[in-house]
Amino acid sequence: MADAALEIDDREAAARARLSGDWTLVGLTRTDGVCADFRAREARLRDLTQRGAHWDLRAIDRLDSVGAVLLWRTWGRAWPAALEVSEAHRRVLEHAAQLPEPVTGRAPREPFPVTLTLGRLGLRALSNLTGLIALIGQMVLDFAWLCAHPRDIPWREFSANLYKSGAQALPVTALVGFLIGVVLSYLTSLQLKAFGADVFIVNLLGISIVRELGPVLVAVLVAGRSGSAMTAQIGVMRVTEEIDALATMGISRTLRLVLPKVAALAIALPLLVIWCSSAGILGGMVAANLQMDLAYGFFIDTLPRAVPVANLWIGLGKGFVFGILIALVACHFGLKVRPNTESLSAKTTTSVVTSITVVILVDAVFAILTRNVGMPG
Amino acid sequence: MSAPSTPPAIEIRGLWTRYGETVIHRDIDLAVPVGEMLGLVGGSGSGKTTLLREIVGLLAPSQGTVRVFGHAVLDPDASVRRMVRRRFSMLFQQGALFSALSVYDNVAFPLRELRVFDEAMIRDLVLLKLAMVELEPRHGRLMPAELSGGMIKRVALARALAMEPELLVLDEPTAGLDPDRSENFVKLIRTLQKELGFTVVMVTHDLDTLVGLATRIAVLADQRIVACGTPAEVVAVDHPFIRNFFCSERAANALQKGKA
Ligand SMILES: Nc1ncnc2c1ncn2[C@@H]1O[C@H](COP(=O)(O)OP(=O)(O)O)[C@@H](O)[C@H]1O
Ligand SMILES: [Mg+2]
Repeated sequence: MADAALEIDDREAAARARLSGDWTLVGLTRTDGVCADFRAREARLRDLTQRGAHWDLRAIDRLDSVGAVLLWRTWGRAWPAALEVSEAHRRVLEHAAQLPEPVTGRAPREPFPVTLTLGRLGLRALSNLTGLIALIGQMVLDFAWLCAHPRDIPWREFSANLYKSGAQALPVTALVGFLIGVVLSYLTSLQLKAFGADVFIVNLLGISIVRELGPVLVAVLVAGRSGSAMTAQIGVMRVTEEIDALATMGISRTLRLVLPKVAALAIALPLLVIWCSSAGILGGMVAANLQMDLAYGFFIDTLPRAVPVANLWIGLGKGFVFGILIALVACHFGLKVRPNTESLSAKTTTSVVTSITVVILVDAVFAILTRNVGMPG
Repeated sequence: MSAPSTPPAIEIRGLWTRYGETVIHRDIDLAVPVGEMLGLVGGSGSGKTTLLREIVGLLAPSQGTVRVFGHAVLDPDASVRRMVRRRFSMLFQQGALFSALSVYDNVAFPLRELRVFDEAMIRDLVLLKLAMVELEPRHGRLMPAELSGGMIKRVALARALAMEPELLVLDEPTAGLDPDRSENFVKLIRTLQKELGFTVVMVTHDLDTLVGLATRIAVLADQRIVACGTPAEVVAVDHPFIRNFFCSERAANALQKGKA
């Protein structure tokens, strides 16, 4: 295959340009040849056009649309006065000649960009909120329907979700809980020792882990682990039109996809909270024993007195609420995925970020509402 | 067109494909000279798509070699692989458009990858390719999810053509197009082939497309190529699949039309 070649005959007043070889994508973009690169060749051709050259294209072997567009553009989007070309190649050039003129001028800039961006953000947040409320409403309706038709309860999906987001999360939550317990106990024991208040480590660890850290840690872990998985799963089902297939079979997507996930997390999260808190207290106990020689027996004896049982209920209640919220947010964003990969990744990110933020917000609300409950007298 | 010295566009030797215990291809030999338009036909599930995937190097055959323009598509040398891959384009059965990019950006994508053209040139090339497949500039803004099945096929073809391939591999290009559009598609490929002289390998169930385009037909049945040759030669072969496929009334009409 020959490269695209260009011979220029300057002897007469008007230059003669004789083109030969392959004026194709491959022929034009190969770097070796007369012209250093594509841009240089383009500049050369434009220059010839300005000098009103006579164009001889008869020696061209092959002309594809890259060659044709290149010539048409360098001719300033008009047929040159003097042109010799074979019939087949003229047809290729005619395709390029039918191209619409490029639109010049930019799209007008929007006024008040900051206001617009903030407004759009607000509106998007509002639409997400209404979407979530609608999903909750649908959930309640589905629940009522299931109470009347217990045969339709999606047990299989429920148990699958319980296993995936509950049982399979046991190792990681235990590990994280244990390590946080160790760290917390180690740091506080250093401070407490300075005041000679060693024994209060039980109160500190017990309250903070059971009431606060356990639920929040588990919620963050589950939002990252299961929330993202739920959004991605429902999102891919949107991309591949599986949700539409479900709809045409007369199966409610909220009943079959959303409700089992919400129910599974509502059950699994409180259980994980207990599990994670136990691991945390175990870690704290081990660290306190190593750091301050606090006996295991003393720790276990003191714990029920230092941490009123109301704290356990608060932790469980938080777990229940967080579970429902995480699943709802994940499913809401999953259902909002538009059928393309970019939207899928964006919505998965948004889902995890939103559910963690919502969990922290709700945790603050819990802290205010329960500020008089469960403190040792 | 092909001097004896130039290697064939595609050369398959002793190719076997197995998925576990199931054998899909049993010792297939096939050569496609440069400039030919080969139609590959066979029953559903006979392994046509699999064979195409092996030709373009997406799948390694269990045994045997595939050479494209004289080079192994799965050559251990990455620069050889890249060089071979630049020379062909594939049109996938489902289109395989990038769902996150608009129609315009899908067609512009391979051109931008070359890093040779400026945006104005790319714009002209994209609009030209879209016009070739009868899409208007305003369609460029649509996202793949907003297209009909036939439009997806046409955008995918425009993207495949954007690289000005020397070998075009088409998997069921006219399935899902209305008869009018399929006829235009056949005309388009035929004109482009005349202008550019590329080689085409296509899988199709559509007799009109086959008769309108294929200069040679290969029939895949019983895990082998049971017949390969000009349409007239293939029709003469006595095989149950060929009898069924070509000798129905519909087929007779199409063949008649093709000759006329
Ligand atoms: N990844 C895979 N694993 C197992 N079997 C496969 C795989 N891909 C394809 N097959 C089987 O190979 C056979 C040929 O498939 P394919 O090439 O898609 O057929 P078609 O001729 O309809 O295009 C089918 O029976 C299919 O089930
Ligand atoms: Mg197929």
